[in-house]
Amino acid sequence: MIGLERRPQPSRAWSMATPLVAVLATMLAGGLLFAALGKDPVEAIRTIFWEPLFGEFSFYYRPQLVVKGAPLVLIAIGLSLGFKAGIWNIGAEGQYIVGALTGAAVGLAFYPLESVFVFPLMVLAGAFGGWAWAMIPAILKTRFGTNEILVSLMLVYVAEQLLASMSLGLLKNPEGYGFPGSRNLQHYDSAHNAELIAGSGMHWGAAAALIAVIFAYVLMNRHMTGFHIRLTGEAPRAARFAGVSPTRLVLFCLGMSGALAGLAGLFEVSGPAGVVSIDFNVGYGFTAIIVAFLGRLHPVGILLAGALMALTYIGGDIAQSNLGLPSAAIQVFQGMLLFFLLAFDVLTNFRIRLGAGEVA
Amino acid sequence: MKLNTLLASAAMALGLATGAMADDPTKVGFVYVGPVGDGGWTYEHDQGRKAVEAAFGDKVETVFVESVAEGPDSERVMTQMALEGADLIFTTSFGYMDPTINVAKKFPNVKFEHATGYKRADNVSTYSARFYEGRAVQGTIAGHMTESNVIGYIGSFPIPEVIRGINAAYIHAKKVNPDVEFKIVWAFTWFDPAKEADAAKVLIEQGADVILQHTDSTAPQAAAQAAGNVVTFGQASDMAEYGPFPRVSSIIDNWAPYYVARTKAVMDGTWSSVDTWDGIAPGMVGIGEISDAVPAEVKAEALALKDAIAAGEYFPFTGPLKKQDGSDWLAEGETADDGTLAGMNFFVEGLTGDIPQ
Amino acid sequence: MDLSAINPVQLIAFLMVAATPVLLAAIGELVVEKSGVLNLGVEGMMITGAIAGFAATVETGSPTIGFIAAAVAGALLSCLFVVLTQFALANQVASGLALTLFGLGLSALLGQSYVGVKPPATAKIDIPVLTDLPVIGPILFNHDLMVYFGIALVAATWAVLKYSRAGLVLRAVGESHDAAHALGYKVVRIRILAILFGGACAGLGGAYISLIRVPQWTEGMTAGIGWIALALVVFASWKPWRALLGAYLFGGVTVVQLNLQAAGVAIPVEYLAMSPYLITIVVLVILSADKSSAPAALGRAFHASR
Repeated sequence: MIGLERRPQPSRAWSMATPLVAVLATMLAGGLLFAALGKDPVEAIRTIFWEPLFGEFSFYYRPQLVVKGAPLVLIAIGLSLGFKAGIWNIGAEGQYIVGALTGAAVGLAFYPLESVFVFPLMVLAGAFGGWAWAMIPAILKTRFGTNEILVSLMLVYVAEQLLASMSLGLLKNPEGYGFPGSRNLQHYDSAHNAELIAGSGMHWGAAAALIAVIFAYVLMNRHMTGFHIRLTGEAPRAARFAGVSPTRLVLFCLGMSGALAGLAGLFEVSGPAGVVSIDFNVGYGFTAIIVAFLGRLHPVGILLAGALMALTYIGGDIAQSNLGLPSAAIQVFQGMLLFFLLAFDVLTNFRIRLGAGEVA
Repeated sequence: MKLNTLLASAAMALGLATGAMADDPTKVGFVYVGPVGDGGWTYEHDQGRKAVEAAFGDKVETVFVESVAEGPDSERVMTQMALEGADLIFTTSFGYMDPTINVAKKFPNVKFEHATGYKRADNVSTYSARFYEGRAVQGTIAGHMTESNVIGYIGSFPIPEVIRGINAAYIHAKKVNPDVEFKIVWAFTWFDPAKEADAAKVLIEQGADVILQHTDSTAPQAAAQAAGNVVTFGQASDMAEYGPFPRVSSIIDNWAPYYVARTKAVMDGTWSSVDTWDGIAPGMVGIGEISDAVPAEVKAEALALKDAIAAGEYFPFTGPLKKQDGSDWLAEGETADDGTLAGMNFFVEGLTGDIPQ
Repeated sequence: MDLSAINPVQLIAFLMVAATPVLLAAIGELVVEKSGVLNLGVEGMMITGAIAGFAATVETGSPTIGFIAAAVAGALLSCLFVVLTQFALANQVASGLALTLFGLGLSALLGQSYVGVKPPATAKIDIPVLTDLPVIGPILFNHDLMVYFGIALVAATWAVLKYSRAGLVLRAVGESHDAAHALGYKVVRIRILAILFGGACAGLGGAYISLIRVPQWTEGMTAGIGWIALALVVFASWKPWRALLGAYLFGGVTVVQLNLQAAGVAIPVEYLAMSPYLITIVVLVILSADKSSAPAALGRAFHASR
C-alpha cells in the first residue's frame, strides 16, 4: 500500500522540481495523444514548447508571450489576495469587461482631443469600473451575508450583456457604417496603450502586471494587511481574535482584485485589442483563476504560471496551423498539463511511503 | 520600427524563397472564429477550404486555426501564417477587420481576404454574401405556408446583417400574404443551442407556425418537429436531416466557388484587391431543395423569384418601401444602394418592436 | 403588446423540460458539496456526458443506453478529479477548472464525426386519459422519463440526506472530516462515491441537452449551463428542494423574458436578457437571511495524519 506522510517542512527541492516533472509528464501523455491523432508527437511537442521561445520566428512570438501573459498575471495577482483569505471572486471576467467599458468610454468621450491627460484618466476609469463591479458582491456580502461566488459569477453574464449593448449602442463607432463595435483606440494616439519599446510586446499592461507582482509580494510578506489576509485564510477564528475586521478585508480583497481586473481590461482594449466589440472578452478572467492556483497563490509563481499558460496558447495555435492539430487537442493538452502540475504538487508537502501506510 | 523591419525582411526572404522555387505549392491560410465542428458558420468556411484542396490537389497547401478570438489573438495567428509562408489568408469573421489590416501592412506580398468587413487595402480584399436574397425566397415561402399568419424570427444580435435578413423576409412574406405578422426574439448570443430551443418553443407557443432563424444550431428545427405543424428553414448549412418537414428549404453559405477562384487568382498572379458581395447568381448563397411539403405552385413561385434574382431582373429591396416610422425610404421602382444595405439599422414599415440599441 | 399570447400551462410544462439539465447537474454537485468537496468541473463533465450519450444513442439507436453511457462517462471523467483531490490532495478549485478545460477539449475530439447527425427521438410518456386532461395533463403527464427522473432524484436525495444513516455519514464528513475520521468513517471512500455520483448526474444532465433539449451535437453546446448548476447549489443553500425551485426560477425567468420579447413588451431587450442573472442575485440577497451555511469542510483537503 502506498501511503503519504506529511513533511515537517514543505520541500524546497520538490517545489522547484515538480513543475519540471509535470511538464515532462505532460509531454509524454500529450505525445501519446498526438500520436493517437496521427501526428508526429516529437514534432508537436517541439512546436508547442520550443517554437515560440527559440524557433525561427521567436523574435515575433516572444513579445506575444508578454501580450498574452500580462492580463492573466495582472488579474491572477488580484485574485490571489482574496483566495488566500478565503474570499472567492469568480467573476473577474465581468470586472475585466466593465473596466474595459468604463476606460474606453472615457477615452471615446474625449475623442478626438489629443492630450496627455486622456490615457491616465482612462486608466483611472478602468480601475474604477472593475472596482465598482466587484463592490457589488463585496457590499452584498458584508451587508447581507450573500455568497460572493454566486454574485460575482452572475455579474459576469450581466457584464457580457452590457458589453453587447454598449458595442451595439452607446460606444458604437459613428463612422462604422452601422456595424457593431467602437472606434479603434489604436488609431487615437492619446488613448492608445502603445508598446513602450517597439517590438517588445511591453505595453503599460505588462508594466502594471510586473508592478502588481512586486506590490503583492511586499504586501503579503512585509505588510500588516498581508498578514491579516493569510491569518484569515488559515485560521479565521484566530484572525477575529487578533482584531481583523472581516468586513474591511472583504472590501479590500474584492476591491483590489476588481480594480486589477478592470485595469487589465482597460489596457487590453486600449492596446492589443483596440476596439470594444461584442466578443471583446476571451476568458482571461476565468483562465486567471487557474493561473492563480498554478502559481500557488504566490506572486512569483503566478508570474511563471502566466508565462506558461501564454506559452501553451501561442504554441498551441502554431501547432494547429503547422501540424493541423485540432484546437480541441490543444485544449486537452492544456488540461493534462494542469492535471500533472496539480498532482505532482503533492510531493512538495508529502513524502511517499511504501508499505505500512494508511490511507483513510 | 524594428519589428516591422524584421517582419518585412523575414517576409521578403520568404517571398524570394517562394519565387525561387516555383514548384512550391501555394499556401492558403484560414482563420476561423469558431470550431470547425460548429455545424454552421465556421463549418461552411471549412467546407470551402476543403473544396480548395480538392480543386488543386498537390498544388495547394491549406492551413487553418480554429476558435481564434477576435483582437490580439487573431492578429498573432495571421502574422504567424504569414511568417510561415502563406500566400493567401482568409479571415472569416467581422471582428478580424482591424487585425487583418494591421497584419497586411506588415506583409505587402501576402494577399488577405476579409469576410464581411468594409476596410480594404492593396493586398486586402473583402467578401460577403447577399444572404438577404435567400431571405426573400424564404419569406415568400413562409408567407404562403403560414396559417396562423404569425411568423417567428430568431435573431442573434441586432447587427445590419441580421436586420437586413428580417426586412427582406418580411417584405416578401407580406407581398404574398398581407395579413402576416412577425414576432422577433433576440437571443443576444451567437451560440447557445439551449437558448435557441427555448426561443423557438416560445415563438411556437405564441402562435407562430413558421420559424425563421438567424442562428446556426438545429435546435429550432427539433422544437418545430416536436410541435408537429411548424415550418422551418435550414440556416448556414442545409439541415436536410430535418426535411422534408419541418425543414422545407434552407439558405446555405457556399464559400467554395469564391475560395477556389481567389486561390486560382493568386496562383495565376492575377489577384487584385476587390470588394465582393455575391448572392444567388454566382452560387455564394445557395437555396436548399424546396421539399414536397410545399405546394407545387408555391414552390414554382419561389423558384421563379430565385431565378429572377439570379438573373438580375429583380432586386429584393425595390420601392415603394417605407421605414418603420412611416418615413419614405425608396420611391416606386427605386432600389436600395449597397451602402444603405450594408449598414442597415432600421426596420421597414409594418414590422413591430424596436431594434435594441 | 399582447400578453394573452402567453399560455401559462404551456409555460410551466416547458419550464419543467428546460430546467431538467441544470437540475440534474445541480443535484449531483449538491451531494458532492455536502461531502465537503467542491468540484468546479461540472461543465466539463456535462459536455462529456453530452457527447457520450449522443454517440451511444446514435450507434445503438437506444436513448436509454445513451443516458447510461452519459452517466458512466461523467463518472469516469470525475475519476480524474478523484485522483487529483483525494489522492494527490491537490487544490479542488484548480482541479475542477482543469477538469472543465479537459472535458471541453475531450468532448470536441470525440464528437468530430457526430456533427450534423440527428439522434433518434426519445419517447414521451403517453398515458391515455391522464395525458389528455386539461391543465394537469400537459404539466404532469406529458414529458419524457428524464423529467420525472430528475424530480425523483431530488426527492430521493432529500430523503437520503435527511433520514438515512448514509446521509448522516455524508453530512458528518462534509462538516468535519477529522471528527468523522475519528469516529471511524472512511472519509476518502465516502467522498469518492459522492464525486462519482456528481459526475454521473452531470453526465445525465449533459445528455439531456444533446438528446432531448436541442437535440444535436455541437462543440461547446452546454454553453455555460454547468456554471449555472454550480451557482444553483449555493442558491439552494445545499437543500435539494430549493435546488428544484432555483432551477425552475432561473429557467422561468429566461423563458419569461423570451416570452415578453415575442409578445413585444417595450422593455429594452438587453435588459431583459440580463434579467435572469439579476433576479437570481436579488432572490439570493433575500434568501441570505437564512443562515444555514455551507458544509464546514467544503473545499478543504483531507489527509489522515494520525
